[in-house]
Amino acid sequence: MSVEAPPLETLAPTAPPFEGLGRPIRGPRALTHDWRRFWHLTYNIARNEFKLKFFGSVLGYVWQVLNPLLLFGVLYIFFVVISKVGGGGKPSEQFYGVQLLGSIVLFTFFGEATGGAVRSVVDRENLVRKIQFPRLVIPLAIVLLAFFNLVMNLIVVLIFALISGVQPMLSWLELPLILLMLVLFSTGLAMLLSAMFVHFRDIQPIWTVVSQIVFYGSPVIIPLESVREKLLLPPNNSQIDTILYHIYMLNPLVTVFQQFRHAMVTHATLSAGQALGSWAALLEPLAVTAAVFALGFWVFNRSAPFVAENL
Amino acid sequence: MTEPSSAPPPIVVDGVSKTFRVPEERVHTLKERALHPLRRSRHESFEALRDISFDVRSGEFFGIAGRNGSGKSTLLKCLAGIYGIDRGRIWMDGRLSTFIELGVGFNQDLAARDNVILNGIMMGLSPREARRRVDEVIDFAELREFEELKLKNYSSGMHVRLAFSVAIQVDADVLLVDEVLAVGDAAFQQKCFDVFHRLRDDGRTIVFVTHDMGSLNRFCHRALLLERGHPVHLGEPHEVADRYLEINFGHNADASSAVATEGRGGDGEARVLEAWIEDERGERPASVPQGQRIALKALVRFEVDVEDPVASVYVLNEDHVAIVVATSSRGDERSGSFRAGEEILCSFAFENVLAPGRYNPLFTIAHRGTGMDLMDRIEGAFSFVVTGPEAMGGAVDLPVEVGISRSDAQLPAGTRT
Repeated sequence: MSVEAPPLETLAPTAPPFEGLGRPIRGPRALTHDWRRFWHLTYNIARNEFKLKFFGSVLGYVWQVLNPLLLFGVLYIFFVVISKVGGGGKPSEQFYGVQLLGSIVLFTFFGEATGGAVRSVVDRENLVRKIQFPRLVIPLAIVLLAFFNLVMNLIVVLIFALISGVQPMLSWLELPLILLMLVLFSTGLAMLLSAMFVHFRDIQPIWTVVSQIVFYGSPVIIPLESVREKLLLPPNNSQIDTILYHIYMLNPLVTVFQQFRHAMVTHATLSAGQALGSWAALLEPLAVTAAVFALGFWVFNRSAPFVAENL
Repeated sequence: MTEPSSAPPPIVVDGVSKTFRVPEERVHTLKERALHPLRRSRHESFEALRDISFDVRSGEFFGIAGRNGSGKSTLLKCLAGIYGIDRGRIWMDGRLSTFIELGVGFNQDLAARDNVILNGIMMGLSPREARRRVDEVIDFAELREFEELKLKNYSSGMHVRLAFSVAIQVDADVLLVDEVLAVGDAAFQQKCFDVFHRLRDDGRTIVFVTHDMGSLNRFCHRALLLERGHPVHLGEPHEVADRYLEINFGHNADASSAVATEGRGGDGEARVLEAWIEDERGERPASVPQGQRIALKALVRFEVDVEDPVASVYVLNEDHVAIVVATSSRGDERSGSFRAGEEILCSFAFENVLAPGRYNPLFTIAHRGTGMDLMDRIEGAFSFVVTGPEAMGGAVDLPVEVGISRSDAQLPAGTRT
């Protein structure tokens, strides 16, 4: 028996007055008009992630603080004590331990926010395929979780700084702006990576490598002053060196880390403006940050409606 | 049962189509993409839904029926806003709760409690409301002792119970439910039924996806039948159920009255050449309504001379249970002697009291005696479908005289204690 054409009159909607109806359903989106729900969701997913991460481990949250401290210990011993990188006693290397720990903590945030976001959407397939909710919540929750940790770690940095003899300065008020730039840049990448991973599964190993490069390519271990000295100052600077330095300075993390060192630890280090040559040049890394954020949002927003069917 | 009201319909679906792009060979890595930049264009389109229009009235219990792959779950996901639609429009009024693919999107590593709260928030409750409802949800699911257990340690039945409880406890105006009755034990199924009845009486709007025609008949006011993404019938549940059986089981019945060679047994001294079903008018339908007289017939040819052959039929239901068994000779009855090359027609006629569903007749032709010494046996030669107004749940629907009266009225006065 074949499927006959259905009798048309039974299939027409009984009453199609398209006024006075409910909201139109357009399918999944990255965002929502209901900002409270958006926030509650982001917050609660982050909270649950936090629970999951430390549930069942003996030291629990202590690990989160211990991780950067241990990394700091290793780097400090091998690079500063043994290889004398940054520990050479130049004026800019005052409180070098605090500078190093501060940068490690900031980089840890960057690593957790971006690295954690890569698989985030795919790993929550179960949610994505069964509930309608603003998709952007997922990578944002990862960034938020990393931010919780950043705040806790910064408290450790503060204690360490005070013990080391760092004096409180008025420039500490710059911290929110420094963190804002870091968060925007990381969020942009988190959105970009999590959306791309749905289609390209090799984003994950690629990003692991890129993170490593960024770690060494920004002033965490190797101070910006040393890089600048090598590339920019006579006698050994060339056209290529100048370009390399310029590229190095385009990385928003360089600005963030360096300004953190300058404003939070010691004015003996160069400020981001000095490192860039002028405060106007600060617009370059800011433009990169804005561009990455915009690109990340655009890509995520475009792929959000189809995530459920592409998984 | 409250009848659907005449308020503006909470769900209106207008000309909705949905096409999936299925890459022939999924390019999953950047390297592959770089090496084969042109592959991208190679997509196969799969039209999951085509031009679906219907509306669901306030307080209505609306069924979407169809077999696996007919697009019913896709339609539900479009309604839920999980899939975007390519053409057409959908309007939805009121808070929506979904129960899709046997779940509501739980995190396996979290305890039931945390999952319930998170889910409530996902559904649009405030965190405070969500926390307030946790106990109700867990009590309904009867999982009080397991509330701190991680979900990955739950059995699938416990999972579904929790998910279903979550879905119905958010006070949704519109509830989208997919195949909830496929799992869970009998007690929980009964509980689901009770909830459905209650929700229906409360005037909630429910869209219910199923391939179980019994529950379709039992709950729905109206239903839509989908077949390969096309709308086939919209109307009363029993009409839809009839069409469903016709389409899905009719297909097979159609092609197969010629006897296949697989699944045969016996020594081959006789062959069943053809087997079919006949209705009262002598036609060979693919589906027969309940209550008519029907006959199962088989044409048999003998390859050698045979004395007193025994022909039997077994009518198996979908669970392979023999519902009707009949044989041509019992005990020492003689059926006669036949020469090689002779053909006989075996007929088994009976009043069709079979419950609605699909049936597979199995024919055997055997040597004289118990009927176990087979010459030929064919199974799956064809199948037929019995259509009826309602599946009551029994294997057969015998005419039953039902009476209800007070038991003490029949007892002599004074015997009651």
